[in-house]
Amino acid sequence: MKKNLGIILLLAGVVIITAMLQPAFLKVANIQNVLRWTALFGLISIGVSFVIISGGIDLSIGSLMAMSASIAVILMTEKAWNPALAFIIVLGIAGTIGLIHGLLITRLKLQPFVVTLCGMMLYRGIARVITRDDQKDFGGVEEFTALKFLATGKLPAGSPEGIPFPLVFLIIVGIIAHIFLNKTIYGRYLLALGNNESAARFSGVNTDFMKVTAYVICSFLAGFTGILFALDFNSVAPNTFGNWYELYAIAAAVLGGCSLRGGEGSILGVILGAAIMRVLYNSINILQIPTRYEFIMIGGIILCGAMADEIAKIVKARKSARKSAASS
Amino acid sequence: MESNPEARPILSAVGISKSFPGVKALKDVSFDLLPGELLAVIGENGAGKSTMMKILAGVQAADEGQVLIEGSPADLTSVEKATEQGIALIHQELNLPTNLTVAASMFLGREPSRFGFFDQRQIRGRSAEALARIELDCSPDELVGNLPIGKKQLVEIARALSAEARILIFDEPTSSLSAKETRRLYEVIDQLKDQGVSMIYISHRLGEVQRLADRVVVLRDGEYAGQLDRHEISHENMVRLMVGRDISQFYQRVSHSPGDVLLEARDFLSDAHPDKPVNFSIRAGEIVGIAGLVGAGRTELVESIFGVRQSAGGRLVICGKEVVPQSPRDAISSGLALVPEDRKHDGLVLEMSVRENGSLPSLGRQARKGFVDSRKEVEAVDRMIGDLKVKVSGREQVVQTLSGGNQQKIVIGKWLATEPRVLLMDEPTRGIDIGAKQEVYRLMHELSANGLAILFVSSEMEEIIGMSDRILVMHEGSIAGELPRDQFEEEKIMTLATGGAADPRSVTS
Repeated sequence: MKKNLGIILLLAGVVIITAMLQPAFLKVANIQNVLRWTALFGLISIGVSFVIISGGIDLSIGSLMAMSASIAVILMTEKAWNPALAFIIVLGIAGTIGLIHGLLITRLKLQPFVVTLCGMMLYRGIARVITRDDQKDFGGVEEFTALKFLATGKLPAGSPEGIPFPLVFLIIVGIIAHIFLNKTIYGRYLLALGNNESAARFSGVNTDFMKVTAYVICSFLAGFTGILFALDFNSVAPNTFGNWYELYAIAAAVLGGCSLRGGEGSILGVILGAAIMRVLYNSINILQIPTRYEFIMIGGIILCGAMADEIAKIVKARKSARKSAASS
Repeated sequence: MESNPEARPILSAVGISKSFPGVKALKDVSFDLLPGELLAVIGENGAGKSTMMKILAGVQAADEGQVLIEGSPADLTSVEKATEQGIALIHQELNLPTNLTVAASMFLGREPSRFGFFDQRQIRGRSAEALARIELDCSPDELVGNLPIGKKQLVEIARALSAEARILIFDEPTSSLSAKETRRLYEVIDQLKDQGVSMIYISHRLGEVQRLADRVVVLRDGEYAGQLDRHEISHENMVRLMVGRDISQFYQRVSHSPGDVLLEARDFLSDAHPDKPVNFSIRAGEIVGIAGLVGAGRTELVESIFGVRQSAGGRLVICGKEVVPQSPRDAISSGLALVPEDRKHDGLVLEMSVRENGSLPSLGRQARKGFVDSRKEVEAVDRMIGDLKVKVSGREQVVQTLSGGNQQKIVIGKWLATEPRVLLMDEPTRGIDIGAKQEVYRLMHELSANGLAILFVSSEMEEIIGMSDRILVMHEGSIAGELPRDQFEEEKIMTLATGGAADPRSVTS
């Protein structure tokens, strides 16, 4: 909790300032909106944080989301498959892609950046080819209502003031991820591997298996969230769907305390990081700041956060150095 | 050249102190270097020799104290400034770039240039001159990477001379050289002495110190322990000052009657020397040392046994079962443990806590269905801290902040938690102080008395002679000979290690 104090303060600061400048921020519909998007982005951010903790990176998330969404929508509408079956098939494909990433990285020793950069282009390309670059829709309001509830529904069902359903996914996935990372031997192995792969291997950790697992988790969550986004948008535009999402996810993970050097990170921090990203985006809209300023604001605030974090570390290190010098 | 006690020192270290997190590397060390003399600085690993030399060469800054050059304070805050003062360090790990020619590497960072372009003619001419000065037969156009290690070192010396160095510092220069290369180095050093170059020579090989030194300064635990003039330099005197007590007290090897064979290698091939089959066996309760020069394949052998490296073939029998571990995981489940050579890189996750490091290899035993049982984990780690007398502020202390000795205890402790039958140790006392060393030795004795088989690699002659029941001497990937306890002699070991023909009686195979 102490580790996440900085990011909690940052989140509270952005929320309070926005609410003071524009009270409409606090309207139920707006809060529901922010929460729903936080949940969706939170899911892919948790995915990529596993990869980052293992010491790797995944740049293919946005494209994989587009490909998964495209396949899902085609199977469900044009091929008229059972939606549940289509859902499972797409999750299988996404998980397999993570497996391939992991094997290329551990067996062929390719660099994660290279593998997932190529993946980013490949999956985007596949999405465009199988859709022939056409936007694909889920159809009218009446179709796939049960499925759409997963992305746009509210709990309790039917209540306009309820909790957005994707938040349920975020909470479940977040709790499982937190337990995995902090309470199981595998989480410990992952952290050890991210800090010092060699020492972890010498200690008997199956480092390759742990790395592959991280990529599978990441791609699986990307595929899953891709379908949720498609249901939320009710359509997939293959050329733009999910653009930049991997970078939002990485930014949220870094804001949440993951070090790109690996071996560090907390799931709660990552979720808070995703929340900051969404609140910032929302406040730009609601304060009617022209959207062309969007990237300047988000980039600037993340950079300030990262700088503040490093400066705090330096100050702390100096203090403890002075303390140990004084005591010796 | 005999040193003249009346001469004004060319270099004086005055009250040098230096601390690293968790360890005081140097405490108020002072000594003089006289013009034209060869001063040997000796001490055990971790005594502070290398730190002292890094300070003189401008690699690290001292916390306290001063270095005087010809009587006036010198600014040694960077390597460039030290070079300007005429000080050059010949590194222990040779650090010439391998993809450059001899000439280019000699002038790296200070290339003579005309209008921003290399002045190739001057570079070639001056490097040929420097090579000639130490009579090194080598073309300036040769790639450094193609030279044997002995020649690389001589190129480094030539490079220092071409930079007008007046004070050369040698840091364990013969640790990776063959006997022939070593003799050649001695010749060059004699020539340099005749030319009036002052030299500081770090070593823990006492034989070569006796051969070369005009005077010896001894460091112990980061402190000045004493000095010996030319006529006082003897093996006994040096050891007494280095260890600070009688050597026989330091190592108290009591042999036990050995039990079953726990590790046996039959025509085993390590990855580094796939053409050199290795045969040996170790029994419960035995401590077997592997001696040899750096690069003889000792680390590669133990790492291949432990599955860190893929063995190239052959057979291993571990605790009665024939297995060749494919990974450290396999090795651990067969009953092996390895305390690796590079503690910081391979032994510990430095950023993690004592608890997390201490439980890492045995975490599966402290878990139920994959979930860590924190109570069990904490108990096991606390037991380790207590049993091994690890000095920590608490189990959550980050291991990075511990001294080398305490770090090494955690590496050993984390393995003991896996209850191994065979303990492999690669340079188990590298970079730790004398007190911690003694504790590591005591642990090794205790563990072997309890029936563990210990196979350890060491470059320290005293250690390998003092601790082993048997010594395997490796040379270029092969076991050149095996010595029983009554034949432990430094000379015999060195002869085998450098590929010299062994006295046939001394080899029992």
